[in-house]
Amino acid sequence: MRVCHLSLTDFRSYPSAEIALEPGVTAFVGPNGHGKTNLVEAIGYVATQSSHRVATDAPLVRHGAERAIVRALVARDERRALVELEINPGRANRARVNRSPVARPREALGLLRTVLFAPEDLALVKGDPSERRRFLDDLLVARAPRFAGVRADYDRVLKQRNTLLRTAAATKGRRRGPRRQDDEAAFSSAGAGDVLSTLDVWDSHLVRHGAELLAARLDLVEALRPLTAKAYATLAPASAAADLEYRTGVKLSTDCGRSRDILEEALRASLAEARQAELERGVTLVGPHRDDLHLALGELPARGYASHGESWSFALALRLAAYDLLRADGGDPVLILDDVFAELDGQRRTRLAEIVAPAEQVLITAAVPDDVPAELAGARFDVTEGSATRVR
Amino acid sequence: MYEGVVQNLIDELGMLPGVGPKSAQRIAFHLLAADPADVKRLAHALLEVKERVRFCRVCGNVAAEEECRICRDQRRDPHVICVVEESKDVVAIEKTREFRGRYHVLGGAISPIDGVGPDDLRIRELMTRLADGQVTELILATDPNLEGEATATYLARLVKPMGLKVTRLASGLPVGGDLEYADEVTLGRAFEGRRLLDV
Repeated sequence: MRVCHLSLTDFRSYPSAEIALEPGVTAFVGPNGHGKTNLVEAIGYVATQSSHRVATDAPLVRHGAERAIVRALVARDERRALVELEINPGRANRARVNRSPVARPREALGLLRTVLFAPEDLALVKGDPSERRRFLDDLLVARAPRFAGVRADYDRVLKQRNTLLRTAAATKGRRRGPRRQDDEAAFSSAGAGDVLSTLDVWDSHLVRHGAELLAARLDLVEALRPLTAKAYATLAPASAAADLEYRTGVKLSTDCGRSRDILEEALRASLAEARQAELERGVTLVGPHRDDLHLALGELPARGYASHGESWSFALALRLAAYDLLRADGGDPVLILDDVFAELDGQRRTRLAEIVAPAEQVLITAAVPDDVPAELAGARFDVTEGSATRVR
Repeated sequence: MYEGVVQNLIDELGMLPGVGPKSAQRIAFHLLAADPADVKRLAHALLEVKERVRFCRVCGNVAAEEECRICRDQRRDPHVICVVEESKDVVAIEKTREFRGRYHVLGGAISPIDGVGPDDLRIRELMTRLADGQVTELILATDPNLEGEATATYLARLVKPMGLKVTRLASGLPVGGDLEYADEVTLGRAFEGRRLLDV
């Protein structure tokens, strides 16, 4: 799979840009702050409909413009697809595939698959559990776009249920002390008696969507485990072995299977157990939204114990494992290496270069040409002051 | 900004659903240019709708009298009740001419975010209607989104002890559509709800 052409309108620093891309390696070289990352960010956005740098869409639109448009012509074997995304901050985004509008932008997911390496990846190892949950969920969506819907449904049920629990907590709190202002309205209109009667209903929906997400994440982690260990051993042969474990607050007995039915039952039981505490705190305390992907080096957790170099290797190993997995599904994903070589020592740099060199398309950004390893020589664009020029 | 009364009209129109500031301005100037008799008729219709239309005592549908046209119609099957969120859903189902039973309009769906709980919907009235045992089937036709599904689950649990038949509208593939263009969630639902082909 590869991107043949990228075209931008009012995306980040670019009023407009047209960039033709070829298979193999392409490097974007230029000083920091001149717009290299914006180009690969746009390609990543076509694949995931989210940015690896910011959580909301607003910064993606050029200052003063109303909307941004990203177009990518994607080739997979002999088939070509033109994906067009219109980014409208504060309103619904729109998408077209081969010039035909699709009902929901998420229907355009899956046409382009990318694996993006960036300095931000260090947060996979050093950051909060939410970073690792996002890594897993994004990979689920890349493998099966249907999960974008599952995740959205789960988040919506969670939001409804948390609001209900807050209302219940406020009802209780009234006896003890003053309530918060925003709960006041919800309380007076929802009526105190309703709270518990509808909680069971939201539980059943939370269990259904939550178990689906949980089952998929558990399967995914099992598939990633050996691939991550292998990639880590290649990047850092001297270090202790890397291992992954999905840690969930849902009580799973070890001997039984991991089918949806069993997980639904387990999640239901865990919710029942947590109910008293949830009613007191006004928030949902168990479910996939509280889980974590635990990373270990030998016996020790990577977070807090791994050195800077080890953390980097682990983050890269996770991305490489994701790449292996997507490749095994069919269709070599586009590899994007955003400013990562500058962060790596000579040995890791060479190893990473060797691993990624055979990919169908590799896009690299670097501040200076020397940051691009010799193994990855190929086409080159110079990026200065918001314009990219092919120089090689 | 325009002179007082014109701006007032634009502001009022702009509060209607689906009408933005530009459309509001366009409608306002259309009314200014229109024949006074036409505008009077519109104003009259607006006032009348608020004065005369009320909600059916039985099912909660919009009605011109105490009871709505469907509740008064003796030919409608009194053994089946179809539960919908809004009056406009009644109209949508009536257009199919498939359903000959009666309706119950809830007035919305359970949604804690919007501060809507079961007590804000016409659920107590529904339970009263079911109490006499004449109804044998309850069709849950709330919207196929999360809030609609939650409302349907809530009602199904509530009426379970009454032992009547509770059904949910099927969700799945649109008629006349292509299988390959169906989104995966819809297609998955269609698989869940597949049925035996009777030949």
